[in-house]
Amino acid sequence: MLRFLASREALLLGAIGVLLALIATRFPAFVTPANLMDVFNDTSPLILLAIGQMIVILTKCIDLSVAANLALTGMVVSMINVALPGVPVVVILAVAIGLGTVLGMVNGILVWKLDIPPIVVTLGTMTIFRGIIFLLSDGAWVNSHEMSPAFKAFPRAEVLGLPMLSWIAILAVILFAVVMTRTTLGRAFYAVGGNPHAATYTGIDVGKTQFWAFTISGALAGLTGYLWVSRYAVAYVDIASGFELDVVAACVIGGISIAGGVGSIGGALLGAIFLGVIKNALPVVNISPFWQLAISGSAIIIAVAVNARASRTKGRIILKTAEHAA
Amino acid sequence: MTTTTEQPTGRHIPDRLRSPLEARLKSWESLLLLVAIAIFVANSFASPYFLDAWSLSDATFNFTEKAMIAFAMALLIISGEIDLSVASIIALASTAMGAAVQVGVGTPGLVLIGLGTGLLCGAFNGVLVTRMGLPSIVVTIGTMSLFRGISYIVLGDQAFRGYPSSFAFFGQGYVWWVISFEFVLFAVLAVIYGVLLHKTNFGRSVYAIGNNATGAMFSGIRVDRVKFILFLLTGLMSGLAAICLTSRLGSTRPSIGFGWELEVVTMVVLGGVSILGGSGTIPGVVIAAFVMGLVTFGLGLLNVPGIVMSIVIGALLIGVIALPRLYAKWKA
Repeated sequence: MLRFLASREALLLGAIGVLLALIATRFPAFVTPANLMDVFNDTSPLILLAIGQMIVILTKCIDLSVAANLALTGMVVSMINVALPGVPVVVILAVAIGLGTVLGMVNGILVWKLDIPPIVVTLGTMTIFRGIIFLLSDGAWVNSHEMSPAFKAFPRAEVLGLPMLSWIAILAVILFAVVMTRTTLGRAFYAVGGNPHAATYTGIDVGKTQFWAFTISGALAGLTGYLWVSRYAVAYVDIASGFELDVVAACVIGGISIAGGVGSIGGALLGAIFLGVIKNALPVVNISPFWQLAISGSAIIIAVAVNARASRTKGRIILKTAEHAA
Repeated sequence: MTTTTEQPTGRHIPDRLRSPLEARLKSWESLLLLVAIAIFVANSFASPYFLDAWSLSDATFNFTEKAMIAFAMALLIISGEIDLSVASIIALASTAMGAAVQVGVGTPGLVLIGLGTGLLCGAFNGVLVTRMGLPSIVVTIGTMSLFRGISYIVLGDQAFRGYPSSFAFFGQGYVWWVISFEFVLFAVLAVIYGVLLHKTNFGRSVYAIGNNATGAMFSGIRVDRVKFILFLLTGLMSGLAAICLTSRLGSTRPSIGFGWELEVVTMVVLGGVSILGGSGTIPGVVIAAFVMGLVTFGLGLLNVPGIVMSIVIGALLIGVIALPRLYAKWKA
């Protein structure tokens, strides 16, 4: 219990609590359970992507192509829906996850087999994926009236009082919390990021583990792609443009170290919720939505500065100045 | 950010090094020059409008502003850091100039404000990276949102216009015949950065830091100070690019220069600078600037939309890094 209270997750939970309390003093309606459920539902896509991004960052990589992957998958499933309205949602879900997985694997292969820095790979695939959406759609939009009712209804369908979108986020959180803490693959992600050389000597293939991280991130982005277009009932080239930065921000705020090896699913979840609360509170407290970009930017910088301070004491410093330079 | 796993393979040590001439002929820069010539020839066959002095002069505008930033970025990447906030610095500097125009500041004042904003942003990145020891990728992803975010707060969905007519010279003026002011600036900066990187102690220390920061520190190089100066230079160049771009467009929107960080990094990497730091040359970046300018201009003449060009840029970025590695794998 004491260990939990001192952890970063507890700190973040406290920060979210304070934030909600501050908003509640002026707008009590914001903290009603119904509205908080809405906020969670609205944050679900960010949570899904943050889980994938967290795993990628754990392995010392970064995936900047998630939003483009989401948009491309979203466009493809929307076009399938327009061409063949009879295709059941289960098939659409499978296609979305499958396509997302393949796109993630492309990133993974380039990082694993060709050893290209992940930031270069995903900056490149980010633009390529967006370009492909344009080629596929010719720049046209897929609008609400073209989508079948079943296609649009799925994320909204309520089960036990919560929309499907929220349930999927909850299930993903539980699933990956188990994977990260209870399976060898989960341990491998931590090992690869914590100390790649040691991981190699213990028989873990560093590149292959990174490949799986990108694959998971891609699969989650693909799944979110379908949920995104069906929820907002529109698909075009620029959907979720710049969303990859929010996803990285959620992870950094959630205490996931960009140097790899440190982080938890709970952190990613709370980081995403923190951003989600801010985003939903801005219109309530009457601040222009144009502030959001600057606020996420500041949140990233503050979070990374706080995290760096927390991890500064790690390890024994033999040569103080040398340590500083490295 | 990648990790290479060393395989204990026997290392082949050649009897003699390659001759200087052979090394030069087989260098990345020569290869790139061939590519540039090939694209030039292909363009002149593809479109009858390409081989025309004015049309070629127009083509230079595709890369001069980005190349200014790329020179400073090349030094920064060689030193092992990166700045992804350059395009957002353009937005903020342009917004600052636009705001100054509304209160009647003249052209000299605008230039100072543009450069000053760039320097301030660079200093902000530099302090976070060198003083607080934060990773530059995350810091500049953060400032990328922050700087452009401030532009959005100031402008929202509005735009600043009404720049004085003398301000138009920087982006639209010609020094002589078809030689634009921007192109002259590009050439002068290429020489300055070439000398700085290849002929001065400062340049040597940039390479030393990129190869081994701890080793560089023990040999008496003030690592943090050099890195801070490089962030300042990158900010300054972004401010300069903001002046040229704003002058050329004649208006400021918060989305100005969106996505340029990618093109600048692509230009630097295409120029043979290792993204992991420690190697690269300014002549390489200069040729890469021409290659990218010619590709986008050629595709533009063929009426290819901008977003499709971005596929080409993205593929180019991955391709130029992947091909040498594939070749090395295939030979091994």
